Amino acid sequence: MRSLIEILKHIGRHRLPILLPGLMATGLSTGVSAEYADVVLNRLSEQNDVRPVIFPHWFHRIRFRCKVCHDELGFEMRAGANDITMGKIIDGKYCGLCHNNEIAWGVDNCNLCHSGKPGLKTGIRGSNQTGGPGRW
Amino acid sequence: MKIKPRYLVCALIVSGAIQAQVAGWKSLGEDGLHDPENPAIELLQQPGEALSQLPPDTVGNKVLWNIAIREQYIQPRTNIYPETMIEVIDMDIIMDKTGEMPLVLFPHRPHTEWLDCSNCHDKIFIKKVDANPISMFTILSGEHCGQCHGAVAFPLTECNRCHSVPRSTFTGESGVQGKQD
Repeated sequence: MRSLIEILKHIGRHRLPILLPGLMATGLSTGVSAEYADVVLNRLSEQNDVRPVIFPHWFHRIRFRCKVCHDELGFEMRAGANDITMGKIIDGKYCGLCHNNEIAWGVDNCNLCHSGKPGLKTGIRGSNQTGGPGRW
Repeated sequence: MKIKPRYLVCALIVSGAIQAQVAGWKSLGEDGLHDPENPAIELLQQPGEALSQLPPDTVGNKVLWNIAIREQYIQPRTNIYPETMIEVIDMDIIMDKTGEMPLVLFPHRPHTEWLDCSNCHDKIFIKKVDANPISMFTILSGEHCGQCHGAVAFPLTECNRCHSVPRSTFTGESGVQGKQD
C-alpha cells in the first residue's frame, strides 16, 4: 500500500496542473457571492464621496432586452468602458434615459444606485465560475 | 509549466460543479457587494424574490432566461425609441472545427431575441462562415462568445449547450443550415 506521502507526491507531480486552476477559480468565489453579472462601477464614485454603484443585470434583463441598453443607449459591453457621469445621466444619457422619475427612480435617490461597499473595484462580478483570464 | 487544454477544461468543470452546489440566491445585504449599512438597501428588490419565479437553471442566475422569454414568464421591453428596428432571425450555424468535441450549433434566434444585430456584427464577428478566429482560448479571454458567455450569459462550464451536435451523427454540411434567402 502506498503511503500518504507517496500519494501526496503523486498529486503534486501529476495532478496539480488539474487541481490548481480549479482551486483558484473556487477561491475567487469565496467572500463575495454577488449575483451573476452584477457590475461594480467605482471609477468616479468614491472619489466624489459616494458609495460605488452596483448595477444588477438580472433586475434589468427581466424588464429590458440587452439591446435597449447595449444598442439604443450605447453602453459598451465592457465594465468600466463607459464614460458615465452624473451630468450625462441628468441630461438623459446612459442610465438617465430611464432613471428620470418617469420610467424608473430619478437621480435624487442616490443610495439606490450608489449602494456598494466602500473600496470595491470596478468590474463584473458573480460570473467567475470559469475563473478564466477574462477581461470582464 | 504547460497545462493541457483538457486538464484545464476538467478544472473548470470541477470549479463550476462546486459553485453550482451553492444554490439559491444570497440576499443583497449578504452578497459581499452591497453595503448593509446603506439604509436604502431595504427598498431594493431581492434577487431570490424575482428569480425564484422563473424557470430554474443550475448555473448563472439559476434562471433559464431563453425559456423565461419564450414562455412569457417575462416580457422585457425591446426598445425605448419607437423607430428602433426589431429583427429576430431564425438561422442556425454549425461550426465543425471543434477538435474532438461535438460540433457547435449557434442559433441566431435566441440571440436576436435579446440582442441587436449590431451588437455582434461586425464588431465581434464578421458575417462570414469560418472567417472568425474563434477558439476556446479567445472565449476564455472574454473575446468572441466570451464577451457575454461567462460574464452575463450562461457560463463556460456548460460545454454541451454550445457543443451540442454529436460528430458521429451529423451528416450535413457545416455553416448556415437550411434554406436561406
